[in-house]
Amino acid sequence: MNTRSLRRWTWVHTWTSLISMLFLLMLCITGLPLIFHEEIDDLFEQSVKAPELAPGTAANATLDQVLQAARQARPNEHPLFIFWREENPNVTAIAMSPKLIPDPGQFANVSVDTRTAAVLGQEPPHFGVMDIILKIHKDMFTGLPGELFLGFMGLLLVASIVSGIVVYAPFMRRLDFGTIRRSSKKLAWLDLHNMVGMVTLVWLLVVGFTGTLNTLSTPMFDLWRMQQLPKLLGPFQGMAVAAPPPLDAALAAVRARLPDARITSVTLPTAGRFGSPQHLVVWTKGDTPITSRLFTPTLVSANAALDVTVPDMPWFLRTIQVSRPLHFGDYGGLPLKILWALLDLLAIAVLVSGIYLWFARKKFFAGRTATAPSRATAQPVLNSEQA
Amino acid sequence: MTARPTHSAATIYRIPLLIGAVSAIGLASALLGDGVWDALSWLTLTVPVVLAAVHWQRSKASV
Repeated sequence: MNTRSLRRWTWVHTWTSLISMLFLLMLCITGLPLIFHEEIDDLFEQSVKAPELAPGTAANATLDQVLQAARQARPNEHPLFIFWREENPNVTAIAMSPKLIPDPGQFANVSVDTRTAAVLGQEPPHFGVMDIILKIHKDMFTGLPGELFLGFMGLLLVASIVSGIVVYAPFMRRLDFGTIRRSSKKLAWLDLHNMVGMVTLVWLLVVGFTGTLNTLSTPMFDLWRMQQLPKLLGPFQGMAVAAPPPLDAALAAVRARLPDARITSVTLPTAGRFGSPQHLVVWTKGDTPITSRLFTPTLVSANAALDVTVPDMPWFLRTIQVSRPLHFGDYGGLPLKILWALLDLLAIAVLVSGIYLWFARKKFFAGRTATAPSRATAQPVLNSEQA
Repeated sequence: MTARPTHSAATIYRIPLLIGAVSAIGLASALLGDGVWDALSWLTLTVPVVLAAVHWQRSKASV
């Protein structure tokens, strides 16, 4: 590669890194506790577990009875979602909101025993430390613009990594992989930056790029809803919110239509944008390791007919769904989460050493050139120090 | 120190490429299944972490 193109690549590496640096550092630091958010949540919230039933207890409650129990527990509120967690068998959770169109996150969760329709616990709406960290990580409390901005920072990270791979070569012409020269502090930081950068490369590329994809999921989902759902829901928009149809029959209709799917949650008829006033939205996922990452919404008409409609999910939404675990690292148990955290710490080391190298650059180039220096011109200096 | 012959691009990128390939296998395998697939991802993604630690330690020892 000639000096000119190397200088260009160095320019790309320097500026994509500098612009995104502080945000990436924020993302790495807030991301660290978020890797373990399930474990941390479990630690601070006593999760409601279904009790052992005494022999002879009637354990044949219907979902309609379960919903009724939640309504009686909070008579002035509106049930919005019904959901189940695989790690918490025999518990049905119902999200209830004081408003018909809820404020984001302002739900109370009522846990009901799936077998007996006994109310097991109620959790009022709260906004915990982990929610705050997540909000900073996701959009810095600025909504969609902040989310898309951070998505752009993710793209800069990808550009920074790719250009970093290119400018790595000239430094390594006389060095074996992983050499860290301790002869000077600056060289040690440079070699550390190069070594850790190369080691974390693929992981950081994947986590960065899937993070960018995630930021697109909100607008993409809105786009899909605007394009696809009006055909299905258009005639129903603005109509009165129907009473939920018989739930057990509705879920049976979905199971008959999608025999291999597992039902994960139900959105009750609502005036909110996340559902339909005249349908249940039944969310399903597949039961193989890969299809369990794919959520498919089905619509069930909230009337006696219980018509099931399965809208097409476009490929870009499927892609975003499959890419989500690759960002979160939550798909291989606790050991994978620990590795995710260690790789995150290494990424922080790359960022911090990169910042150091920028601030120390003047010393690198002292006496070499008066105009804006590049790493390319730094190479002879470094080699002469080594020789 | 005597001047050493310069490495070719192939030599320079060989080890990073291997680490990248191993990491990619690890990232994909836990997606494909549970059990053995998870274990494979733990094993392969340990490689970059251990390599970083080893090279750091080695440089400290050589001072």
